[in-house]
Amino acid sequence: MPLRLLKYAWKKPEDEPRFFPSEKPLKEAYDVVIIGGGGHGMACAYYLAKEHGITNVAVLEQGYIGGGNTGRNTTIVRSNYLTAEGVKFYDESLSLFEDLSDDFDLNIFYSTRGHFTLAHTDSAMRTMRWRAEVNKHYGIDSEVVDVETIQKEVPYMDMTCNGQHPVMGALYHAPGSVARHDAVAWGYARGAQMRGVEIHQKTKVMDIKTKGGKVVGVETDRGFVEAKKVISAVAGSTPRITEMLDIKTPIEIFPLQACVTEPVKPFMDTIVVSGSLHVYVSQSSRGELVMGASVDPAELHSTRSTLDFVEGLTDQMMDLFPFTSRMKIMRQWAGMADITPDFAPIMGKTDIEGFYLDAGWGTWGFKATPVSGKTMAYTVANDRPHELIKPFALSRYEDFKLVGEKGAASVGH
Amino acid sequence: MKFVTCPSLGKRALSEFTYGGRYEQEPAQETVSEKEWADYVFYHNGAPKVQIEWWYHRPTGIWFLFERDTLTDRINKVDFARKGMTHEA
Ligand SMILES: Cc1cc2nc3c(=O)[nH]c(=O)nc-3n(C[C@H](O)[C@H](O)[C@H](O)COP(=O)(O)OP(=O)(O)OC[C@H]3O[C@@H](n4cnc5c(N)ncnc54)[C@H](O)[C@@H]3O)c2cc1C
Repeated sequence: MPLRLLKYAWKKPEDEPRFFPSEKPLKEAYDVVIIGGGGHGMACAYYLAKEHGITNVAVLEQGYIGGGNTGRNTTIVRSNYLTAEGVKFYDESLSLFEDLSDDFDLNIFYSTRGHFTLAHTDSAMRTMRWRAEVNKHYGIDSEVVDVETIQKEVPYMDMTCNGQHPVMGALYHAPGSVARHDAVAWGYARGAQMRGVEIHQKTKVMDIKTKGGKVVGVETDRGFVEAKKVISAVAGSTPRITEMLDIKTPIEIFPLQACVTEPVKPFMDTIVVSGSLHVYVSQSSRGELVMGASVDPAELHSTRSTLDFVEGLTDQMMDLFPFTSRMKIMRQWAGMADITPDFAPIMGKTDIEGFYLDAGWGTWGFKATPVSGKTMAYTVANDRPHELIKPFALSRYEDFKLVGEKGAASVGH
Repeated sequence: MKFVTCPSLGKRALSEFTYGGRYEQEPAQETVSEKEWADYVFYHNGAPKVQIEWWYHRPTGIWFLFERDTLTDRINKVDFARKGMTHEA
């Protein structure tokens, strides 16, 4: 990287190749169409081309690359989940994340911070011990730590939470990280394009056409496109896509909001989450506090922001970090989280031949970007679910085989 | 802040209410098949629409039914859950 930077300094800016090659005209037919140009859609395209040699692929994005939840999330990457299925899956993602900068030749600002999930009650402590045991069993670096250890690592935190909810301990996950969300989408997009995949922005899928229970193509606002296989990777728009095929799912859309403060000097290099207070915070490389909470109270297909959210969040945040009362909120925004009843994703084949779902990413799917791309590409190329995603099939609810990830995923990150 | 006008209570802040999910006719317990039960509990069309929902007013402990548009967040109608839907919001 530094060598590339040095070479760049001696070049005229116009000699530097475009990051994305210019867009090609939309073809009449592709082997695979991916709906949604977020991280997941791009990662799937990348691994289809790189690992399966499938390059006659178009990614159709109604807006711009990464403009959905990918560019709106608080970028926490971790694998200390609660179920065996979840832990194995997210751990694979974490190891893929660690190599992405090299893989892309692009800095994704992957920064390992250490991740504390605070417990303020006996029952929360019990869940932390349970999670730590499941994690350790699968070789994940995860342990329960005491109040003194937390105080040493996060010296500015009020361990009594204004006397109201004293911290009793925490689950500590050393590999917990943050990364530059846009760069992840851009890296996958460029890597896919370099291998022949086409990306069409400002191209909205309006309908999916089938014949005899098989996918034949998609209707877009730029005309019909033939395709043998179609993958939906649209997160918060999933119900609108499944409605086109009359597929019923348990997904409900709830807005998930976040905000950042003005930048301040670096004082906190860890990620702090409180399940009981429903808030989490990390400090960005620019010095801003990036803060989030749980989803909004009711189903809604909208990315509007609310004052209720900031009031609720800052109320709790000031208990944890009293000095934040003097800080200003700079920006707030929302994404549409596709929530499932068991807080685990819905991935793989559907009853319609050639139609694949990558959905149910709710408040937790950024960290899964690499592994979902890789396993979806495998599933599409072989028309058979990858071993890691078998537990996440849409049919699991009918079979009453839920994954039960709520204890580790309900505070949105 | 969002407000909603309810029978008996008048205009109240929406933050006084807790969302209780979609209102749906429960299948008859004695005759329901496992598939029908799974459909009722889990599988639905989650696309934007006008739907009837449970909402609990915490200060008074009263359950209401709201008719709400999940795309615009507009509440069209409100009534006591025991009574069904009649009032304009
Ligand atoms: C505020 C917030 C904080 C979060 N924090 C975290 C976190 O800390 N850690 C974590 O792991 N996860 C987090 N998440 C969740 C994470 O952001 C998502 O699960 C993940 O980014 C989903 O990626 P995606 O590529 O599937 O979807 P998206 O990035 O939403 O991409 C879907 C794309 O599909 C496009 N699209 C939709 N409909 C159509 C159509 N008909 N035709 C064409 N294109 C269409 C959209 O424009 C969009 O760009 C957070 C989410 C939010 C909102």
